[in-house]
Amino acid sequence: MSGGLGNLIKTLQIDTRLLGMIGAFIVISLVFHVTTGGTFLTPRNLFTLTLQTASVAVMATGMVFVIVTRNIDLSIGSMLGIIGMLMGVIQVQILPDYLGFGHPSIWLITVAIGLLLGALIGGFQGWLIGYLTIPSFIVTLGGLLIWRGGAWWVSKGTTISPLDPNFVMLGGASGTIGVTASWALAVVGSILTIIFLINTRRKHIDHGFAVKPVWAEYALGAILVGAISGITAIMNAYLVPTRILERRFAAEGLEMPEGYTEAYGFPISVLIVLFVAIAMTIVAKKTRFGRYIFAMGGNPDAAELSGIDTRWLTVKVFALMGALTAIAAVIASARLGSAGSSLGELDELRVIAAAVIGGTALAGGVGTIYGAILGALIMQALVSGMGMVGVDSPLQNMIVGGVLILAVWIDIIYRRKTGDA
Amino acid sequence: MSTPLLEMRNISIHFGGIKAVDDVSIDVMPGEVVGLLGHNGAGKSTLIKILSGAYKKDAGEIYVDGKKVEINNPIDAREHNIETIYQTLALSDNLDAASNLFLGREITTKFGLLDDTAMEAESRKIMARLNPNFQRFSEPVRSLSGGQRQSVAIARAVYFNARILIMDEPTAALGVHETAMVADLIKELKAQGLGIFLISHDTREMMDLCDRVSVMKNGQLIGTERVEDVTEDDILSMIIMGKNPKKAA
Repeated sequence: MSGGLGNLIKTLQIDTRLLGMIGAFIVISLVFHVTTGGTFLTPRNLFTLTLQTASVAVMATGMVFVIVTRNIDLSIGSMLGIIGMLMGVIQVQILPDYLGFGHPSIWLITVAIGLLLGALIGGFQGWLIGYLTIPSFIVTLGGLLIWRGGAWWVSKGTTISPLDPNFVMLGGASGTIGVTASWALAVVGSILTIIFLINTRRKHIDHGFAVKPVWAEYALGAILVGAISGITAIMNAYLVPTRILERRFAAEGLEMPEGYTEAYGFPISVLIVLFVAIAMTIVAKKTRFGRYIFAMGGNPDAAELSGIDTRWLTVKVFALMGALTAIAAVIASARLGSAGSSLGELDELRVIAAAVIGGTALAGGVGTIYGAILGALIMQALVSGMGMVGVDSPLQNMIVGGVLILAVWIDIIYRRKTGDA
Repeated sequence: MSTPLLEMRNISIHFGGIKAVDDVSIDVMPGEVVGLLGHNGAGKSTLIKILSGAYKKDAGEIYVDGKKVEINNPIDAREHNIETIYQTLALSDNLDAASNLFLGREITTKFGLLDDTAMEAESRKIMARLNPNFQRFSEPVRSLSGGQRQSVAIARAVYFNARILIMDEPTAALGVHETAMVADLIKELKAQGLGIFLISHDTREMMDLCDRVSVMKNGQLIGTERVEDVTEDDILSMIIMGKNPKKAA
């Protein structure tokens, strides 16, 4: 039986590591579903879980590139803090004076400045690492202290709130696209997936390469479309609580019709994660930039002898990490509706753990974007599940630490077995 | 006398206080194999790394077809159709054969994205010529045998229409059969009119494959001789004693 299953997986050309991670997520979910008395695997909890994962997931994709190039970035939590804080100041204390409170361009200007800041801070750290050859561990350890201190300095320890109402939609449950748009997106996503599968097959046939049997292509397509539909259905099954709907109708001076319901659909922050994941996967697999990142991670000397400017590449990788940290800062501060000086604390460790659980090797050269995102989801599932069960927070940390070490050990065994060193 | 395909004239480079290469001149004609011999640390690898753009020379000139050229980095060298097979092979172990073969010179689609299918197809074509048994195109090169890895490195040098080929210890890690394959390849490329610099410790092999040999010791050129004018013992004494017996005589 296991041989038959093994052949099936091989024919479908599905990554066994991906299957393992999905399996781990399902096991964790089921255990918590039972121990919480059936509240873990509910649309409401899964919706919240994706919201909580979003900011770490976005940064984890960038951390994959950083670690693949044999570097590390310990500064991202603090960088998230100072960027979040500066964006808070810009949207609350500066822009409204010129544009008026709630002006529709406030969030756009704020996010643009945040992205620029992130890329600049990250790029500067990358320059210290690439050109001045200071080890990334030291540069970003310094950054961890410097940017956190900077965040305190900007705010004098206060919390900036409330944030711009449009900006807040980028992070929390107040910014969802509703049922119809969610299904429309699912349809578009499914069609694009199928087109991608057909194109890949056609290209392989054109070049005379071996292709999967047709039934395997159909099966793969069905699995992917099924997954997209399933996730959409879950997001669309979580209904907006009645009192929130009542308040909304009341605000417009209307009476809520009897039996009126409305579902959330995809949160904007989750769509941002999806967009980042797809974009980063394309960068990793289909661009020169991505190819050179992996080449440098596999053998820096070989990369240089092939004419790759590894110092400039390092700057670009860290600038990208900074920009992604800015996106994470938008999501994190928007979800809370405020920017406090402790925003993002310890996020660097969560992000590194997510990337490593997702199969990124600290020795460099190996890592995937989807792995990092699944790693972030698994970590968050553990943390929220334990919270729901009522595990004390010190014990939570101990368990997460243990799981991290266990996951890496399993990964080492897996690599040894598959010869994928 | 005709113009050399490539000439390195009065090349010097030093690292700190050490003169790794000291006023060395070598050249190669089209369709010629020139061997570089010498002990470890004699400066052979440093000399050819200047030619391949990995090191910047401190003094001297390089001429291709009699025209002076500047080689400051590996991209410059490639633009003059100078290709190198390094002793370490310089492969990224985590990438597959096609990604290594095209590293730095990828084929892209009209949208500027990597065209992996096209690169694999081209890799299959060149491999069919160099090493017909090679089939493992989708695996990282780390899982390949020494000979297979060597053929990836050779394919990378040969694919892009090299005119000048530098081979640093191309057979050091290979078995008997694979060594013979490399020797055949060198003869074939020579017949196509390439100029080849060959570095090896194997004097016997050098006598077979090379037209001329240049011997280096302590960063200096001891001498360059046509192989038919010298014996293996003459070359050995040049390597060990640092003296050219023919000139001494």
